[in-house]
Order: sequence, then C-alpha cells, then structure tokens
Amino acid sequence: MAAPARAQVSLVGEWSPRYHEDQPDRIPGPELGDYTGLPITDGARLAADSWDASRLTLREHQCKVHNGPYILHGPIQFRLWEEKDPRTQQVVALRMYLNTYEQERTIWMDGRPHPPEFAPHTWQGFSTGKWDGDILTVTTTHIKQEWIRRNGVPNSEKSTMVEHFIRHGGIMTHLEIWTDPVYLAEPLIRSEDFVLNERTGGNWLWPCEYVDEIVDRPHSAVPHYLPGKSPFDGDFAYRYGVPVEAAKGGAETTYPEYQAKLRTLPKPPRPAAEK
Amino acid sequence: MKVMMSSHTKVLTALAIAGSVGFAARVSTQQAQAPAEISSFHVQGNVHMLIGAGGNIAVQTGDDGVLVVDTGLAQNASQVIAAIRKLSDKPIRWVLNTHFHPDHTGGNEALSKAGSKTNGQPAEVLSHENVLTRLSAPAAKVATASWPTDTYFPEEKDIFFNGEAVMLYHEPNAHTDGDSIIFFRKSDVVAAGDTFVTTSYPFIDQANGGSIQGEINALNRLLDIMVPAHEQEGGTFVIPGHGRICDEADVLEYRDMVTIIRDRIQDMVKRKLTLDQVKAAKPTLDYDAHYGSTTGFVTTAGFIDAVYKDLSNPQGKPRVR
Repeated sequence: MAAPARAQVSLVGEWSPRYHEDQPDRIPGPELGDYTGLPITDGARLAADSWDASRLTLREHQCKVHNGPYILHGPIQFRLWEEKDPRTQQVVALRMYLNTYEQERTIWMDGRPHPPEFAPHTWQGFSTGKWDGDILTVTTTHIKQEWIRRNGVPNSEKSTMVEHFIRHGGIMTHLEIWTDPVYLAEPLIRSEDFVLNERTGGNWLWPCEYVDEIVDRPHSAVPHYLPGKSPFDGDFAYRYGVPVEAAKGGAETTYPEYQAKLRTLPKPPRPAAEK
Repeated sequence: MKVMMSSHTKVLTALAIAGSVGFAARVSTQQAQAPAEISSFHVQGNVHMLIGAGGNIAVQTGDDGVLVVDTGLAQNASQVIAAIRKLSDKPIRWVLNTHFHPDHTGGNEALSKAGSKTNGQPAEVLSHENVLTRLSAPAAKVATASWPTDTYFPEEKDIFFNGEAVMLYHEPNAHTDGDSIIFFRKSDVVAAGDTFVTTSYPFIDQANGGSIQGEINALNRLLDIMVPAHEQEGGTFVIPGHGRICDEADVLEYRDMVTIIRDRIQDMVKRKLTLDQVKAAKPTLDYDAHYGSTTGFVTTAGFIDAVYKDLSNPQGKPRVR
C-alpha cells in the first residue's frame, strides 16, 4: 500500500461552473447541425444529421441523463467528498453528487482494477483516480452511449475519458480528454472552470418520471430523418455564415491551420427549407 | 455485482453461429477449437451469466436446484458444468434454449445428463417447438440426446422455480423462428438469446425463419419487459446472446439503430434501388464502426442483404407491433 500523501490538496466541497467558455453550447444548447469544433467521424455526422429531437419524446428516452464525459461541460453543480477507511484514514474513493438528473459518481482511489468488458455500463462510467502532485488524474471506462453535443452528435459505449482536476484556491479547472473509436476521429479535449461555493444552496433535485407525450404515434416508431432529408440541413451554416464544410465538423476543422482554408470555402447556400 | 473469474476468453461469433446450410460442418469446425475459459458474473438476484462458452449462458440457482438458459458450444460443456458447480452444488433441473444454434444448444446433452429431474432422469430441456423442429431435421445431424425433451407452441409459457416465475416469450420470426426471450421475474433479469447482442448487427437467419420486423418486434418486447431504475439506469438487466450485460437504455439504443436502418433500407426499396445501390449508399455508416464487420459470420454486407431481401419480399413476414 502506498504511503499516505502529505498535505494533499483537497477537492472537497460544493462547486459551481463558470460558463464563460463555450457558453452557447453549454447553456442555451447548440443549434441543430452545428458540429463546429468537434473532431467527429463521417458516421457521427450521419447520426447527427439523422437525429430528430422528437426522439426525446419516446418514453424510454425521456429520463436519460447526461453521461460522465458530457455533464461537466453542461449545466451542473456538484458536491464532492472523500470516503476514508476509518482504520487507515486512506482515501478509498472520492464521491460526487451531480445535481443534474441527480447523478452519483464514484472515483475509486484504492487501486482497484476496472471491471471486465462484459460488465454493465453506467451513465457516469467506472472511474479510478490517482494524484500526480496536486493534479488528480481520473480514468473512466464503461460509459453509456449518449451524446457529445446535445444536438444528436453521439458518443458510443466504447468511449473512454481521462480527466485532470486542478485546484487553484477557490477555482478548479477540469480538463477532459474524450476518446471514442466509433464517433471521434481524434480525441476531443475540452475544459471548464468551477468555483468553490462558500455558501451552499441551489437546486440539488432533478426527479424524472416518463409520460406519454404523443398519443397517436405507433408504439415502435423511432423518430429520425432519412439521409439528406432533415428540414434543418444547412440551416445553421446559412444563418451564421459558416461554410457548410466547417459547420459539419471533423478533425481538420479543429486545428488553427484550418482558418486559412476556411477563407477559401464558398458561402453557405440558402437551405431548401427557407427558399 | 461480483466478478468471480476475471479473465474472459472470446469465442468468435463467426464460429458460433450456424444456419441450416453447413450446420454440421460448422459444428465440426467448432469442435476443433481449444476449450474456452468460462467467466462468471453475478447479474442480480438468483441469476449469473457465464461468458466464453459460445453464446452467453444464464444460470439461476436456489433451493430447488439449477436452471440454465442455453448451453454453449458442445466442446465447452465440461467447462460450463464446472463453472455451474462453483455457483451451486444443487442438481441441474432445467435447461432452457433460447433458439437452436449450436453455440446455444451444443452443451444440451452434457448439461442435461449432468443434472436430473426429481425422478432421476436427465434434466428437462425446454424450448419453443421450432427449436426441436430445426435440431431434429436430418440435415442438422444433431444427436437425439441434444434435442429438447419438452417444447411449447403458444405465445408464452411459464414455470416456477427457485421461488420465482420464469417466463418464456416466443418471438416469432426474429433471429430465427424459434426464439424465446426468458424473463426471471423476481430477479429482474432477462435472457434475450440472439434477439439482442452487443457485438454485431443482428443476425437475421432467414434460412431458419428470421426476419427484420420480427427482430424489431423482439427488441420492442424487451423494452416492454424491462423497467429501469433511477434516471433510466439499472433496474431490469438483460443478458444478451453475445456481449455484455445491459439495461434498458442499452437495448433502446440498439432498437433505435435497427429500426433506423430498417427505415432507410425500406425507403430505398420503395425507390426501387438495387441491392448494390443500397450497399453503395451505406445505410449503416453511422453504426459500422461499432457493429460492422467485413469478416466472420455476421458481416455488414450480410446484414444489409438480409434486410433488403426481407423488405423486398414482405409476404408472410411479421407485422409491425
């Protein structure tokens, strides 16, 4: 067993995000067809173009939550505490309660292995952590399929995530590196800042019960758009004057060098739905 | 949930699934493979999953004895029996088959003989009657001792064992024409057989009565049975025919995927595209990196083939439920 860390920085407390970074994506939510900045695959693009928001009206979709790699970039506050072995005072796990959809997360700190591949997946996945100086590095597997951006860009259950939690006084920077061999051509790296709440409060409850929202829909229907048939196709690009190719995302579009190419691309055409 | 054996030996699905043509040859090939290492995983309640024998196996244990859903490849039967003995020293009383493929029925004879009914006879092997029809066909060349000893033909059947109801729901013309979805009602665990897998696109065994609409109906039946716990996670768990343990949210994504692909190909069939044109249009592109394959028994091309042929000739196929 490793020797106990001395004067280890503590992440314990209630943390609230600051949304100065990627605010339109994180709070109001992205426009349909906006895949900018995402190193997605062609398959992810087709899945997102096919996505119909009405799918969320299906019973089984209504109470789905944001998964681990998504939620710290989304609307959230969280509480973090330590679980210690009473005999050794070693930290066995860091526990998190996420107010959005009342999620609980455990980051195991006792060196246990990840489960076998046939074990169930969860929204928050299975996380193990270790300290590297004052940086907590967390590796997560067994994550459920949900989305990378909440306009239908999916992640797969083969996703893994590495996070770094870095505290500077009352501020904590969270950096995540999201890898998905199915829907990401390259790792997606993004960051967020959180502020330690000195006064607790806020909304910590988020119950959900499904209802039948559409009464005359066939029981087995799955809302989606056939390829090329989305009425929103091209809408985002035209409205914001972003070249269609850039709006569709992809690894190339995430690099600074792409700005030079961006200037050479044609203006987006008026979408068929607006003509 | 508790892992009892950590290692997991994969048995290739390519070797594990056989249609009526080449059935015996494939079984022979399987028997040439090295015996597998079987891993055991406690799902919940009275039910464990055994992995590595071919198709996944569900084992229910209790005071009444042992009930087994599916039996893996014949070559792995002794390892399966050894894994069961680590879970319970009670006699194997029931063997249930979800369908007839040899990666799910290969160990029938060995497991049945390793167990016993209360009268001392080998344990009962129960399935839908179409499983018996397929296994007893001369072309199948399956020994009589591997056939089901008890069958049912209505839409469902139930038995009560180890303090809980065990429900068998027949799903007509799904993966095959003899699929049973088996629900352990108190443990809240479903054994889906190959109507649901996490490792590939569904195998629509058209030569043996499978169909895309029946497959979708089966997935919807699973969703109807399953009840998630807090925020759409946990609750009822399902043991797929191949792959990992899942809950409703996982089955939901798979059902959505199969339905969307069906709808895309249906649209192409209506527009009178040829099979080659359909394949060129890549109607599975968004799922290929997860479920697709160019080799083995369940290939992307084979899946598209099956769906296209099914939708091009819908007569006699199951209807949308």
